[in-house]
Amino acid sequence: MPNAEEIKQRIEAAIPGAQAEVEDWTGGGDHFKATVTAQAFAGRSRIEQHRLVYEVFGAEIGGPIHALSLKTQSPQ
Amino acid sequence: MPDTDQTQIREAITQAISEHEVILFMKGTPEAPACGFSARTVAALQSLQAPFAAVDVLPDPRIRQELSAISQWPTIPQLFVKGELVGGCDIVMEMYESGELAQTLGVDNSEAEQLPRQESGVVASGLAQIENRLG
Repeated sequence: MPNAEEIKQRIEAAIPGAQAEVEDWTGGGDHFKATVTAQAFAGRSRIEQHRLVYEVFGAEIGGPIHALSLKTQSPQ
Repeated sequence: MPDTDQTQIREAITQAISEHEVILFMKGTPEAPACGFSARTVAALQSLQAPFAAVDVLPDPRIRQELSAISQWPTIPQLFVKGELVGGCDIVMEMYESGELAQTLGVDNSEAEQLPRQESGVVASGLAQIENRLG
């Protein structure tokens, strides 16, 4: 069962310079909400930014991670 | 649907995306969404009075598999406008709040809010179309 801290660490490890805030949305260990800030997002569309994060988890999205709600931004 | 293969499903999805200017792949139907994310996305489209076709991915798990393979997007709902993936629930809601969604859909936000809610007629035909092809 993934937890919010593990998801945060995996995002930050996979996307260089990323800072992630992750919360377990329902407390059930399968619906998460993440705000990710990364330089890597600069110049990319929202779709591409979200894809970068989804790619970290591959088939786990829709599986053990039922939902990962995302908000992505590049640093101010 | 034992004699419907993966390729036919993929073709039906591709065709539905190209035939409908605005099409939402969701869990459940606009009248009875089966997931909170789908429900929120439908509500955003409806509050902008944007006509849209809707496809329920739940009747056959292969619809979702093939859709995600086409769109390179892992989650449901998925909104397509003019053949392009706009996003899932998070992106659609962000765009709704910023006014970008109205712009993308070509509807006037301020005017739409004053109009009575309408059920989109395209929805039923969009659904029927996919179901006919898949059935």
